[in-house]
Amino acid sequence: MNSLVVSPSPHVRSEVTTQELMLSVIIALIPALVVSVIHFGLGAIIVTLTSVISCLAFEYLITRFFLKKKSTIADCSAILTGLLLAFNLPANLPIGIVIVGAFVAIVIGKMSFGGLGQNPFNPALVGRVFLLLSFPVQMTTWPKPMGFATKYIDGETGATTLAMIKNHFGTVPTDIDLLLGNMGGSLGEVSAVALLLGFAFLLYRKVITWHIPVTIFATVFVFQGILFAASPADFASPVTHLLSGGLMLGAIFMATDYVTSPMSKMGCVVYAIGIAVITVVIRNFGAYPEGMSFAILIMNAVTPLINTYIKPKRFGEVK
Amino acid sequence: MLKTFNKGGVHPEANKLSAQNPIQTANLPKVAIVPLGQHIGAPATAAVAKGDVVKVGQLIGTATGFVSANIHSPVSGTVLKVEDTIDVAGFKKPAVHITVEGDEWIETIDRSATLVTEIKDDAATIIGKIKDAGIVGMGGATFPAHVKLAIPEGKKAEFLIINGVECEPYLTADHRLMLEKTEELLVGVRILMKAINVNKAFIGVENNKPDAIEKLQKATANSPEIEIVPLKLKYPQGGEKQLINAVTGREVPSGRLPIDVNAVVQNVGTAFAVYEAVQKNKPLIERVVTVTGKTVANPTNFLARIGTPVSELIAAAGGNLELTGKVISGGPMMGKAMSNLDSTITKGTSGLLLMSKEESVRPEASACVRCGKCIEACPMGLEPYLLSLYSQKQMWDEEEQNHVMDCIECGSCLFTCPANRPLLDYIRLGKNTVGKIIRSRKQ
Repeated sequence: MNSLVVSPSPHVRSEVTTQELMLSVIIALIPALVVSVIHFGLGAIIVTLTSVISCLAFEYLITRFFLKKKSTIADCSAILTGLLLAFNLPANLPIGIVIVGAFVAIVIGKMSFGGLGQNPFNPALVGRVFLLLSFPVQMTTWPKPMGFATKYIDGETGATTLAMIKNHFGTVPTDIDLLLGNMGGSLGEVSAVALLLGFAFLLYRKVITWHIPVTIFATVFVFQGILFAASPADFASPVTHLLSGGLMLGAIFMATDYVTSPMSKMGCVVYAIGIAVITVVIRNFGAYPEGMSFAILIMNAVTPLINTYIKPKRFGEVK
Repeated sequence: MLKTFNKGGVHPEANKLSAQNPIQTANLPKVAIVPLGQHIGAPATAAVAKGDVVKVGQLIGTATGFVSANIHSPVSGTVLKVEDTIDVAGFKKPAVHITVEGDEWIETIDRSATLVTEIKDDAATIIGKIKDAGIVGMGGATFPAHVKLAIPEGKKAEFLIINGVECEPYLTADHRLMLEKTEELLVGVRILMKAINVNKAFIGVENNKPDAIEKLQKATANSPEIEIVPLKLKYPQGGEKQLINAVTGREVPSGRLPIDVNAVVQNVGTAFAVYEAVQKNKPLIERVVTVTGKTVANPTNFLARIGTPVSELIAAAGGNLELTGKVISGGPMMGKAMSNLDSTITKGTSGLLLMSKEESVRPEASACVRCGKCIEACPMGLEPYLLSLYSQKQMWDEEEQNHVMDCIECGSCLFTCPANRPLLDYIRLGKNTVGKIIRSRKQ
């Protein structure tokens, strides 16, 4: 008789794998990538490819030759980090700087902590913030949307919506332009519609739940709404804030990163409120026009604390 | 909106291959091996010795202590030996081996098919008969039924809940029983209601069995005291605490029993056995066993005698052992993988599931990405990733503080984990160790 396998229950399992979840997020980012290519042309493609390929290469080299383990690039998380990093960069950023960003994101932000699942901070944001502090000029020289431009570096540049609001200059785009992404900004953050399409896909595929993005939207709307109502001359409208800068991209794709967000739903809500409040404070009262990256990184740091103190409600809990 | 339980749950593929196949009587075995410990609690003591001639229904094992159950001979013939056997889980258990000769039943058993609806016995007599007949929970837990029906001092039952959920994929034994023995089952329900003195019973059935729901609803159209509750498909709805929650909205407090929310739960198989015991004087000597799986040619629901070797039922259903990598006693979510096909059907064997070689091996585990899907899936509101981690690191105090003892081992966490992490394996280890620590503290 042949020998039987004996193992503990359960004997069946769902077909969803880590790789599949990561792929779903990548697919959800495609609409925003398409819009970006339409607005920024060749630059968007060059920056995105450079970022993705560098992230994959750094992870492969670290696992194979430094850690001497099996490569983990098949789980697709490095591709995702590369995409998200690129989405946070101007489309005219020189290739060398993109590679430095990918190095910081993967090697320092992710692998130095032990790889996937161990990093306390969102790797793509670690890369972005490092670049923002190290190359402030290049990182805030935004290409203007030009139609499908074939120029990469020398295109016309302009300011982001939030910078215009902050420094009281220029013509702030209309809300419709903001919705479609017809504005200056990072490669992937410009079109709210494309990002919301990705959000719908992620909800449909049950990759993420609504808790973090919707809480961020609602909190920003309410907080900014109060400021706007108090003094419309000093503060922009909540709708403009929701649609500009990295808010949509951050709320839907960066704050919801599995590894660095809280485990319980209640925890996620607290984390999301934190992100929204810090973002609104930085945008309106801080030195930078945009605060989403900082807000997410700060709340990433709070996540372990949230996990410790905010537990899911148990079945039949006895007080 | 259909009712269901309030927390967690998963949706494994149902695979009810044998749902349309009527119950068939299985052939008698040549030798029946009847373990004396087929239930939770102390094993019975053998009441026969080598060479004794026994008839079907004759007492061959006497319950020892309160939480124990009588064992009756499922066949007629001669006792070959009283000796240890290896049970489905691979443990040695004392057993009575009987060489089968003919099929002669003891005279007190009413073998006619006549439906006896009138319930003459009072509550105490009913519970006595259930105890004598050796009836245990037939959903798989095998807790002696008379113990559950004995309401402790100071507690009161408000309603009876009959578990017709059968949320385990593949299994269809309860489904067929509800369809084919509807009237008998309902008499059994009324007997149980009388035994615990309640005037309301609910029968919970998941909505993937619309035929059973319809048939039960028709049969109870004039009986407002028995309510059929269709439930939204979700595993582990058949868990006792989950079923009570789905049907009544109540939550059994952590560490307490169903009676603490005034409920008593029994399986449909148990209710049918109660009918036979009380109305027909028939002890528990046979049960419905689903033999199924992708490597079984004819998935079948057998009415099989206790003590029938597993291998004989598998052969009768056309199971191809060459292609089979794993044989499970029970369903794929909570069943036990068997190492020995010579072991026999017991009171708790709800099904035999054959899995192909490919299905039998677990995929390799990768890093936890902290997605929180295990928390979403846990029906007890626990944090499986954390319990698994504490167990792995042998941090037993933290394991206990995070309520590992609440775990019902339903397997939803391991089922759902996208990184294939062996969450429940570690949690079981933790539960076992913490359980020992708690017991040692009480001494």
